[in-house]
Amino acid sequence: MQNIIVVIGVLLIAFTLVRLSGDPISVLLPPEASFEDIQRLRAQLGFDRPIYVQFYIFLSSAIQGDLGYSFLYHRPALTVVLSRVPATLQLTTLSICISLVIALPLGVIAALRRDSWVDRFCMSLSLFGQSMPTFWFGIVLILIFSILLGWFPAFGRGSIRHLILPSVTLGFYNAAITTRLLRSSLLEVLNKDYIRTAYAKGLAFRIVLFRHAIKNASLPVITMLGLQFGHLMGGAIVTETVFAYPGLGNLAISSIYMRDFPVVQAFVVVIALIIASVNLLVDILYAILDPRIKYK
Amino acid sequence: MKESLVDRLKTLYMGLYKTPFSVKLGLFIVLLVIFMGLFGSLIAPHDPFTQNIAFRLSPPLSVIAEKHHILGTDPLGRDILSRIILGARVSLIISVVSVLCAGTFGTVAGIISGFYRGFLDIVISRIIDIQLAIPFMVLAVAIAAMLGPGLTNIVIVLTVTTWARYARLVRAQTLSLRENEFVESARAMGAGDFRIMFYHIAPNVLSTVIVISALEVARIILAEAALSFLGLSVKPGTITWGAMVADGRDYLERAWWVSTIPGLAILVTVLGFNLLGDWTRDKLDPTLRIR
Repeated sequence: MQNIIVVIGVLLIAFTLVRLSGDPISVLLPPEASFEDIQRLRAQLGFDRPIYVQFYIFLSSAIQGDLGYSFLYHRPALTVVLSRVPATLQLTTLSICISLVIALPLGVIAALRRDSWVDRFCMSLSLFGQSMPTFWFGIVLILIFSILLGWFPAFGRGSIRHLILPSVTLGFYNAAITTRLLRSSLLEVLNKDYIRTAYAKGLAFRIVLFRHAIKNASLPVITMLGLQFGHLMGGAIVTETVFAYPGLGNLAISSIYMRDFPVVQAFVVVIALIIASVNLLVDILYAILDPRIKYK
Repeated sequence: MKESLVDRLKTLYMGLYKTPFSVKLGLFIVLLVIFMGLFGSLIAPHDPFTQNIAFRLSPPLSVIAEKHHILGTDPLGRDILSRIILGARVSLIISVVSVLCAGTFGTVAGIISGFYRGFLDIVISRIIDIQLAIPFMVLAVAIAAMLGPGLTNIVIVLTVTTWARYARLVRAQTLSLRENEFVESARAMGAGDFRIMFYHIAPNVLSTVIVISALEVARIILAEAALSFLGLSVKPGTITWGAMVADGRDYLERAWWVSTIPGLAILVTVLGFNLLGDWTRDKLDPTLRIR
């Protein structure tokens, strides 16, 4: 029930925002269009009705999977948005993988060698990562790996090589936060009694670390990864702009500028649905990792 | 016996002497940026708006007509160092004002929600939930596009998109604070709701709010820079670091400094505020460490 209210709220926000952002008629019709033409288009698109009627119509057709027609592409808005989903999902998934590849070893080493120079180095790196503007990091990567070295293309989509630079850009901030969180969570777990018990019964350090410590320390990290997924979707707006990557973020920015309401609405709805399913996935992972958690 | 001024300065100095290097670095960066924001037009070596097309895209350390351009010039031949110094003002004003507005609004909403509970709480909590369900950048970009560019508008955007972070934590704290004896005794002495909320509960949530605000300044500077980069922040023509990075994007192959140096200014500034924010959190409320 709560989730339904949240979803309706998200729809309401999407609906009001795009409607307040300006009249789409001014973009759709040439400036010399007559008053009758304007009125006819308004009636055709339903903008002449009261706002609550518009919202009701929007809501009831949204439930049936109909989010309206794109003014610009002349296709269903949902189709337009869904066609961009794979590109952004590839980007965000790879960026999560990259951030884990960076963060897991760094976080574990930093926690095990607490207060050593390795720890300080990892924490400084993490602080840098958190302080870096995403778009600037992307530009620096383009400068080094695309213009100077020529290893990766600077923009567009196609091969896996196109994906590397945007994913690293998007994943780096995440890596910084994950490193920090994993370190502090692991430090807490390592002080627990069951770790001492594990050592006391003669288990090797490696087994204690992997089977007892890291598994338990990863719970808050997984929660945070789930939460970060939404931010990745948002961060993708900036990253996709830097790399001219044809994903959801790019579509959202151009649709906002062109006042293509249905597409923006569909974009927000799709993002909300993706985030909701990611949260569900996180809950399932939780139950697998910690058998004490049961869902009725 | 009262401490003399010298003693007090000595205590301050000793306190500063003992703080770790990272905090000193953070303090230095933040003070430098504030200094640039206050006296930018006095210390800038050149006029940041003077164009000189003949010497556009000069590399750093070049000397043009006996004038030194330490960080080079941009596509219109304007001095980059001067523009960075002047750009500090906009970043500072926007971030400080937004944090103040969002902090005040979020705190008041959180206290009211936690104190009254019931229907009001359900409504406010639901709004918080909904808002935190939409990714920050998605919401910010949508509202910024709706309001159009401008200093006031960008402050509104950043306030509307970040107040919920304060409200959620303040609400949780208020829920437990209102059950304390001091609230009961204040009630027994005849204090009204308003007095209890803002004279008895508010001081107790203050340290949390200060800690969030200290960390939030850094995030807001980054967010504003990103919106400037997308061209959704202040009006075109106003100098911002984000817009400077965007200006240089098309000249990366010929002139790497136009984009990268202003970005470095953002990085260093945010780093300074992050260092100070972390320190504030460790001093005031270490429980907020994991976030």
